[in-house]
Amino acid sequence: MAGGNDELKLVGQWASPFVTRVKLALHIKGLRYEYVEEDLGNKSDLLLSCNPVHKKVPVLLHNGKPICESQIIVQYIDEVFAGTGPSLLPADPYERAVARFWAAYIDDKLEPPWDRLFRAKTDGVRAAAMKQLFEEVEALEGGFKECSKGKDFFGGDSIGYVDVALGCLVSWVKATSVLAGAELFDAAKMPLLTAWMERFGELELARAVLQDVDAAVEHGRMLMAKNAARASN
Amino acid sequence: MAGGNGELKLVGEWASPFVTRVKLLLHIKGLSYEYVEEDLRNKSELLLSSNPVHKSVPVLIHDGKPICESQIILQYIDEVYASTGPSLLPADPYERAVARFWTAYIDDKIATPWDRLFRAKTDEERAEAMKQLFTAVEALEGGFKESSKGKDFFGGDSVGYLDIIVGSLVSWVKATSVLAGAELINAAKMPLLAAWMERFCELDAAKAILQDVDALVEHGRMLMAKNAARASK
Repeated sequence: MAGGNDELKLVGQWASPFVTRVKLALHIKGLRYEYVEEDLGNKSDLLLSCNPVHKKVPVLLHNGKPICESQIIVQYIDEVFAGTGPSLLPADPYERAVARFWAAYIDDKLEPPWDRLFRAKTDGVRAAAMKQLFEEVEALEGGFKECSKGKDFFGGDSIGYVDVALGCLVSWVKATSVLAGAELFDAAKMPLLTAWMERFGELELARAVLQDVDAAVEHGRMLMAKNAARASN
Repeated sequence: MAGGNGELKLVGEWASPFVTRVKLLLHIKGLSYEYVEEDLRNKSELLLSSNPVHKSVPVLIHDGKPICESQIILQYIDEVYASTGPSLLPADPYERAVARFWTAYIDDKIATPWDRLFRAKTDEERAEAMKQLFTAVEALEGGFKESSKGKDFFGGDSVGYLDIIVGSLVSWVKATSVLAGAELINAAKMPLLAAWMERFCELDAAKAILQDVDALVEHGRMLMAKNAARASK
């Protein structure tokens, strides 16, 4: 239960959509926190000691205790701060299972080709990753239909768990579309999702938290150039 | 709360540890269900219609509504049947986050090389996957220490969520140890986990549910031979 002394510290990195995910959840809940920007090329003792297994961001520290992995952090926030701000996961167990399913889909099916796209050393690998990403994204249209039940958000009338799980990626969706020269959310193939993305982008929440798209484009170009330049693993 | 007729149907495959997870939980909760064995080389209409996105097992069908992905199924059962049998996930949100963390670790860091081990096309690939698997498993000793807090199970005094997650893998641990010619859970390096494994196998649920190790050894050999024989992807 949230007490008056709750100290929250988020260890993150500006470009990471997984860090953005946690920022969105904290913002929705109206929770104050201290933010620590990591240089992932020179990881701090703080990061290494609170996430020794993965050494990755985000890490949320709650009164000094670390919680790792963005979806686990978001569920933790939702549970611990249940009385503060809106709930992210639905109340109904079946709808909860559906929300978890689509959130897992995003991380299991989209993240790997997306990651491969930026780490690709050759044009061939990059093109294959791009193709896979564009294909895997299409299922989200059905996911939106199933979750939203005709309403504006995955969470229904208001933002929910899946809106946060996908919303954190919106700047990267736009950046990737610029870099690919094609819309990752194709309005013809995915009208509902495209409309959702516009709607999400208009929220005060999104304006406050999401990364600047141009900065993400530049960061993406830098990553691709860096990885392509490496002669070998 | 369980509503409707409470009819439970589990679509599975005998060798799958992800299906074993669900069977273990249903057994521990004392829940009746109909089991449908899939031939994954010839997937049924039932499977394809209830898991159109992934087309994989397990799928739990509750009063006709499908729930997919083993972790999501476990949490669903635990929530819907909260008053039936023991609770699996800890009550405390921080301990819940720890349980989810180690589950994610197993499904990302251990399952991946394990899968590659059996799908490897060359001896080099297999050796590399084996090495990664053995290394990844070692972290579970720390996971057990963190979760159990000196008690007999990951869940403490009694079986909990992580016991089911890791327990579902026990027959495959033994089969892989036979195939590798080395103990995957090495009692010298991982004394706590090795002791836990013996204890887990003594449980009624384990004796009722875990696959026969010899059958898995044969199945594993068949998978490795089949994949090595394939000239190309």
